[in-house]
Amino acid sequence: MNAPLVSGPHTHQARSVSRIMALVMLALLPATLLGFYNFGWPAITLFAVTVLTAVLAEAGCLLIAGKPVRPFLLDGSALLTGWLLAMTLPPWAPWWLGVVGSLLAIVVAKQVFGGIGQNLFNPAMVARVALLIAFPLQMTTFVGPQPLSSPNAPSFLEGVAITFGDEAKLDAVSGATPLGHVRTELDRGTELTQALNGYYAPLSASLGDTSGSLGETSALLILLGGLFLLFKRVISWHIPVAMLATLGLLAAVFHGFDPTRYPGAGFHLLSGGALLGAFFIATDLVTSPVSARGQLVFGAGCGMLVYVIRTWAGYPEGVAFAVMLMNACTPLIDHYIRPRIYGRDRAGQPMVYDVQSGEKS
Amino acid sequence: MKLFRIRGGVHPDDCKALAAEQAIVDLQMPELLHIPVQQHIGAAAKPVVQRGDSVRKGQLLAHSQGAISAPVHAPTSGRIVGIGNYPAHHPSGLLVRTITLQPDGEDRWCDDLPPPMDPFNSTPDAIAERVALSGIVGMGGATFPSSVKLNLRNRYRLEKLVINGAECEPYLTCDDRLMREHADQVIDGIRIMAHALGVTHTVIGIENNKPDAQRLLHEACARFGDIDVVGLPTRYPMGSEKHMVQTLTGLETPARALTADIGVVVHNVATAHAVHRAVRHGEPLISRVVTVSGGAIGKPANLRVLIGTPVEDLIDYCGGLTSTPERLISGGPMMGQLLPGTRVPVVKGSNGVLALTATDVGIASEMPCIRCASCVDACPCGLLPVEMAAHARAGDLDGTVRLGLTDCIACGSCSFVCPSNIPLVQYFNYAKGELASRQRAQHKQLETKRLAEQRTARMEEIKRKKREAMEKRKREMAAKKAKAAAAPAERSAQA
Repeated sequence: MNAPLVSGPHTHQARSVSRIMALVMLALLPATLLGFYNFGWPAITLFAVTVLTAVLAEAGCLLIAGKPVRPFLLDGSALLTGWLLAMTLPPWAPWWLGVVGSLLAIVVAKQVFGGIGQNLFNPAMVARVALLIAFPLQMTTFVGPQPLSSPNAPSFLEGVAITFGDEAKLDAVSGATPLGHVRTELDRGTELTQALNGYYAPLSASLGDTSGSLGETSALLILLGGLFLLFKRVISWHIPVAMLATLGLLAAVFHGFDPTRYPGAGFHLLSGGALLGAFFIATDLVTSPVSARGQLVFGAGCGMLVYVIRTWAGYPEGVAFAVMLMNACTPLIDHYIRPRIYGRDRAGQPMVYDVQSGEKS
Repeated sequence: MKLFRIRGGVHPDDCKALAAEQAIVDLQMPELLHIPVQQHIGAAAKPVVQRGDSVRKGQLLAHSQGAISAPVHAPTSGRIVGIGNYPAHHPSGLLVRTITLQPDGEDRWCDDLPPPMDPFNSTPDAIAERVALSGIVGMGGATFPSSVKLNLRNRYRLEKLVINGAECEPYLTCDDRLMREHADQVIDGIRIMAHALGVTHTVIGIENNKPDAQRLLHEACARFGDIDVVGLPTRYPMGSEKHMVQTLTGLETPARALTADIGVVVHNVATAHAVHRAVRHGEPLISRVVTVSGGAIGKPANLRVLIGTPVEDLIDYCGGLTSTPERLISGGPMMGQLLPGTRVPVVKGSNGVLALTATDVGIASEMPCIRCASCVDACPCGLLPVEMAAHARAGDLDGTVRLGLTDCIACGSCSFVCPSNIPLVQYFNYAKGELASRQRAQHKQLETKRLAEQRTARMEEIKRKKREAMEKRKREMAAKKAKAAAAPAERSAQA
């Protein structure tokens, strides 16, 4: 009894790191399952390869670093990183893309910095950006949905074959994402309405019936998962709201300015990784600011950068770049934006009241 | 009444159902009472009895010394069997000066108790004096001498008295029971304090998990127009003085200031009850209600206990320990402190004795910080525990202070919510200890320097005086010589 001399609190909330990670994964599940359904066995195989590599890489790094493997593996963070990375890969991408991505995420972006909690950048986004730069072709070869139930969907064996190197099949069915297509067409001088024609419908974008990354296509399910995380208080509203509001606002302003060149807010919010980024990537606890006001700044910065990159930079999608750039700003934001201390003004000086009710002099 | 939102806070499982329906029971007379002379913040009381003396219930055992202190009285009649050292009601278990009293079982009151007062025809000074003589201290756990707080009227313009009935610590139900069973006495004590402070308005804040106490106090004070009973959201640390005042008035107490600076004084409900007993009946503070609870206690209860009763008597009465507790603590689980054993006595500030099992405590191994900011959201003081802990861990005391160490109220909300089980508040308490010892060392250094400078100045002064005296003598001699030299010349001139 009372062997170590400990001080209070002598009770603790039933909330742990692994529980947080598990809740995030639960929130990702619907969108992931839809991705599995829409893109079939190749997607499932790629997902398995990516996640497995992430977990094995984590275990290997922990062994080399001499850290206890079991508790750190059980916290679920490596699993989640692999999962998030797989969500952002083209669903029929070759196996080695997932393997290289997971190794980059876990070894380079996370463990080299000191493991969980120490990384400056979101590991999944580091991997995605590195892959995009190193393997632009494979990272932008998307397929349209071929639901498991449809007759021309690849069987299990065909799926495994696609993931492990049968690229002939891939070429036959590949198609651009709405973001990529619009970008190409706009660059060619096509008018926006024409470019969007057949490539973007709000309904299919919300339901996920469109080509895109494995887990990013259904805005509705991702939004559902995000709301679940908000409800469970795993994330706060500040980052997603600031990010989506900024992105939407910028899109609306420019769309109003020239509707033939700039797509509207709906297109930007429902396309690509905007929602996944806002609810699951930018809110990554480790790499985002700790104060509520800091999170607002961070989210707004992400939203703005997403819009800028999508509209004027060389890539059709900018969520990963935007989040990483803002990750780099997190220490700065945390340094300058702090909560106000009780009884002090923003400058840190004790508050002053009028002498009315003050000390008798 | 409009309530104001405060920042942060947590919602621990309140576990009050264990003891909330147990009416207050008088604990039987223990065989020995160990009464420490220091049960309050401030200077220790000075014993006025000697070994072998016979004392009566309520008789003064030790009188207060200095401006901030409180006397100690005999909880029952009996014989003083020793004045010596005994383990303190503190995690350290250090020996402190303690008067040991062997009850004679007759429980006879002493004859010269102060007479009952008519408080509303007495001066505030007289009430404050009675409270001081009765040894009443803040019974919520802070144990600050109550009379000193009643005397704040001399230095501050006070408008409001806030009565703290929040009892926001889990498990504890002693204030709840007191309010439910002695509502009239509590209200009377509150009115006496309001009169002594000269305030026009009193607010009693009670958390919403105590609806019976709210209703009963509301009924008891309905006759008096200037008292309001206000339901507070059930959120820890609602009972923190400054946060409660902000919830009720919207006014934030400036850093390093008292609530009196914004015209508010806060007292605890148990203190109000003690004031009632002291003023209306002349009884000093010799007993208090203690909640005995926790997963390892057979039958949780609320006991009226004489000050000085060994903690083991309380536990035995409650059916003993059903299992070896993981932690045995005094106070609530959030801010309470470990007890060094069951031999230590109950003191004026003990509101709970909790025997918590491993499940109650929920220990898990520490993991790395994932910067989830739960601690930032939970902190009621707007601090960044995650950063402060990093500085404290690195031994950077200045950095910790710069981040607001001195504004931390040590409520433990950060440690409570941390999913990685990082002992945040423990780091801050450690850093505060370091800061205090550094300040002491600094103070000592300054004091030494001041004394040395004074000595040098004194020596200089002596030298200067000596020199002056010498010069004066020289001048006198010179004058004399000159005079002597001038005299013959004069004479010769005359001639």
